[in-house]
Amino acid sequence: MSLDFTDLEVGRGEEKLVGSPYRRLEDPIFITKGATYVGDLEFDDIAHISFVRSPVASANLKNVDVSEALGQPGVIAAFTAKDIEIPAIINWINKVIERPFLAKDKLRFVGEAVAMVIGETKAFAEDACEFVNIDYDLTTPIIDPRQSANNEVSLFEGCTSNIVASIEGGQVAQIGEVRIEAEFVNQRLAPCPMEGRAVVATIDGEMLTVYISNQAPHSAKRSIIRYLSIDEGNLRVITPDVGGGFGSKIGTYPEEILVPYIARKLNRTCRWVETRSESMVSLGHGRGQIAKVTLGGDRDGKIRSYCLSVIQDCGAYPEIGANMPALTRWMTSGCYDIDSVDFNSISVLTNTNPTVAYRGAGRPEAAYAIERAVDMFATEIGMDKAEVRFKNFIDPKNFPYQTKVGSTYDCGNYEESLRRVLKLANYDELLVDKENRIKDKSDLLLGIGISSYVEITHGFPAKEFGSVELISGGKLSVKVGTLSHGQGHRSAISMIVRDVTGVDPCNIDFYQGDTELIESGVGTFGSRSMQSGGVACKRAADMLVTKAMEFLSNHLDVDLDKVEFSWHEGGQFSVGSMCLSWSDLYRLAKNEGKVLKASENYESSSPTFPFGAHLAVVEVDVETGKVHLRDMFAIDDAGNILNPLLAKGQIHGGLAQGISQALYEEFIYDQDGNPLTATFADYGFPTAAEFPQFRDELMQTPTSVNELGVKGIGESGTIGATPAVVNAVMDALSVYGISHIDMPLSPEKVFSAIKIAKRSK
Amino acid sequence: MQIRLKVNGEAMNFDVEPRLLLVELIRDHVRLKGTNIGCDTTSCGACTVLIDGHSAKSCTVLALQADGCEIITIEGIGTIEKLHPMQEAFYKHHGLQCGFCTPGMIMAGISLAGELDNPDESEIRLGIEGNLCRCTGYNNIVEAIKSGLSEMKQLSLSATSESQLYPKDADK
Repeated sequence: MSLDFTDLEVGRGEEKLVGSPYRRLEDPIFITKGATYVGDLEFDDIAHISFVRSPVASANLKNVDVSEALGQPGVIAAFTAKDIEIPAIINWINKVIERPFLAKDKLRFVGEAVAMVIGETKAFAEDACEFVNIDYDLTTPIIDPRQSANNEVSLFEGCTSNIVASIEGGQVAQIGEVRIEAEFVNQRLAPCPMEGRAVVATIDGEMLTVYISNQAPHSAKRSIIRYLSIDEGNLRVITPDVGGGFGSKIGTYPEEILVPYIARKLNRTCRWVETRSESMVSLGHGRGQIAKVTLGGDRDGKIRSYCLSVIQDCGAYPEIGANMPALTRWMTSGCYDIDSVDFNSISVLTNTNPTVAYRGAGRPEAAYAIERAVDMFATEIGMDKAEVRFKNFIDPKNFPYQTKVGSTYDCGNYEESLRRVLKLANYDELLVDKENRIKDKSDLLLGIGISSYVEITHGFPAKEFGSVELISGGKLSVKVGTLSHGQGHRSAISMIVRDVTGVDPCNIDFYQGDTELIESGVGTFGSRSMQSGGVACKRAADMLVTKAMEFLSNHLDVDLDKVEFSWHEGGQFSVGSMCLSWSDLYRLAKNEGKVLKASENYESSSPTFPFGAHLAVVEVDVETGKVHLRDMFAIDDAGNILNPLLAKGQIHGGLAQGISQALYEEFIYDQDGNPLTATFADYGFPTAAEFPQFRDELMQTPTSVNELGVKGIGESGTIGATPAVVNAVMDALSVYGISHIDMPLSPEKVFSAIKIAKRSK
Repeated sequence: MQIRLKVNGEAMNFDVEPRLLLVELIRDHVRLKGTNIGCDTTSCGACTVLIDGHSAKSCTVLALQADGCEIITIEGIGTIEKLHPMQEAFYKHHGLQCGFCTPGMIMAGISLAGELDNPDESEIRLGIEGNLCRCTGYNNIVEAIKSGLSEMKQLSLSATSESQLYPKDADK
């Protein structure tokens, strides 16, 4: 029961750690005292910020009056747009579009920050918010992205339309004997990290320190510098433990820049910890994509042409969400070798919360579209859904494979992953069970859903920083520019460094998320961290060993080739019969006033393309429309696996989010733009009772893109699971001739579809 | 208003506002930050603690209502040197990622010891329905709780009282 690392089943002695299910180094503190999030940090004399948010989706803002709020007990200050002296954020896509830090002249979505109240306690600030009066004239909101595209009036003056970005294309010739046309909606989702946004800003003379719950602290620093016009040397950004992000914490939100702004204005430490209700309406949403697909194929099962046409809902201000179609485009044709492929998209504004990246970010949408379309094609030509996939997969011999939209897949073996998942699930027996239930006229129909996915990770290969330094006692200090917010990077990277240096992970001090300690960094998103920061740390560790050997050769005045290093027994340097440890090296270097340190800014040459096959088994109760996910099988390939315990953890979490999109989650606005799912009591956040134990196995096809042979594993589960589950439900409902129902597949929707189908028979 | 309660075995007195929630008392007055606040609709369970041996969402209880009660939080069940079997199980089974739901989840898991005898997978899933996790898909949490409960049973530990909660030789 004691936490002694010697009782670990793996990782001792003379075996490599990489590849073993090494337990997380993060956990001992997390399970005894809890992690330390921004909201847990204690400061003297701290002031609390609370935001007043727009209650309406679209209005001309006439006046915001905080005078009554200022008179409330415990209120320090209150601000509106006219008090904020920083210029509005010029949009990155369209420079005509400006986002004010607090709403000015117009209200554009429910939840947009309008005013802020600063109180001696959070309760005082929240109470006083009730006394802020917003005077506005309602205008007609645009909520449906389809309407937005054709709407004559734009959300922004100076814009001629609500289309803010587009990708041309879609002139693909339709080939084949069979033509499948369908529209699929990827509904809006709330990312729901368990910890919402949180910021503390402290002032010490000229120095500003900002603690923030974010996935990319160095870019948060750049944003704060830009808008606060502060010298780089006077700003330190720290991310303590971060309670999840899922893409929603990549960017820096206006509220997060206002906190340090107000702290400087008041010369006082300020904190904002968002409530769940405000997080639901103003932390960026995910998905929000409407896709039209046209698939052409022959009756022998060969897919000949495929065209994907997308409308992306950006919400009221174009953030990262506006760019999601570019990621969708990369993955248009999925795992298949198709002669003719094309893609086009528009990104449009609506009076809703802006969309951002959410786990999978554009790739789940692509996988969903093609995997649904392939199933419809199989149904149309009466072919088994696995067989049609086998007929169209890219041949494993043809990698690297360039797709028709220009992506270059590094490696893959889609046939093998599908074969393995069919075996794991006992596919043939499932087919028999399904047919028997139909014959027996059972009220519980069985549905089997397959999805073969390929996705892109580290899609924008940017440089990432890693360094390894020998410190007192022969320990190592490792610094990295990526930012774990639950993934367990400390463990994974310490394992990599240990296998190079021999230094036990318990003797590795790991640093991330501090712009003062880590000279540069990009952060963690797009499943990039191990193939960027992980490789950087591996290279830095290799260089440190070389530097240490060179130092020893100089120190002892012997030829470098007489110095040997072995990672065994904690790392041993030997010269003839003399044997030295890292601790010895540290002492020798220190005596000469030298520091043994190596750093690397590693830039990967290209993205990687993880893949896999998922299989969902559902039971659909035709009397109630309820879908019960009985089993979820998953084979996922992310190349070499650093730690199967962590990799599987990532897959499980991804599967849950993917399944949940298929069955439960949807962020709903009514036609006036009022959010109907703005709390955990209304939103379909899944509980443990909604899932079976997942049955997953890892497959390993190493990439040659990086020397670790690793691809990303953070999002795969989400990408494969959604189409697998929807395909399973449609498979069950095929007896009624139902070909598609948009997600989430609630009992109400399924029941209605069955009712309509029965009536029309 | 004056209240008196025990937190992790230590008797404490507080003068509290009537509207103060137990979770705020624990976090801001007792200054134990392991218990988290994850929502405002008593849905997520990140604030789960044991009150007189029963799991409760401490955001749903007024500090006043806890007058005279015995509260156990994540900080009160084990230490890094001597983990509670449920903590050990979460560690072994990788039952946590970002860690935000973890303290509440561990407390919810412990409380099942008093509610269910040898629960199967689906009983555990229903038993922790009030605790939300966004990272793990619950897979390893369920594994962890199953193994933690079986270990607790072997050691004759229960959640119902402080004296029975700890392993006999554990340091508090």
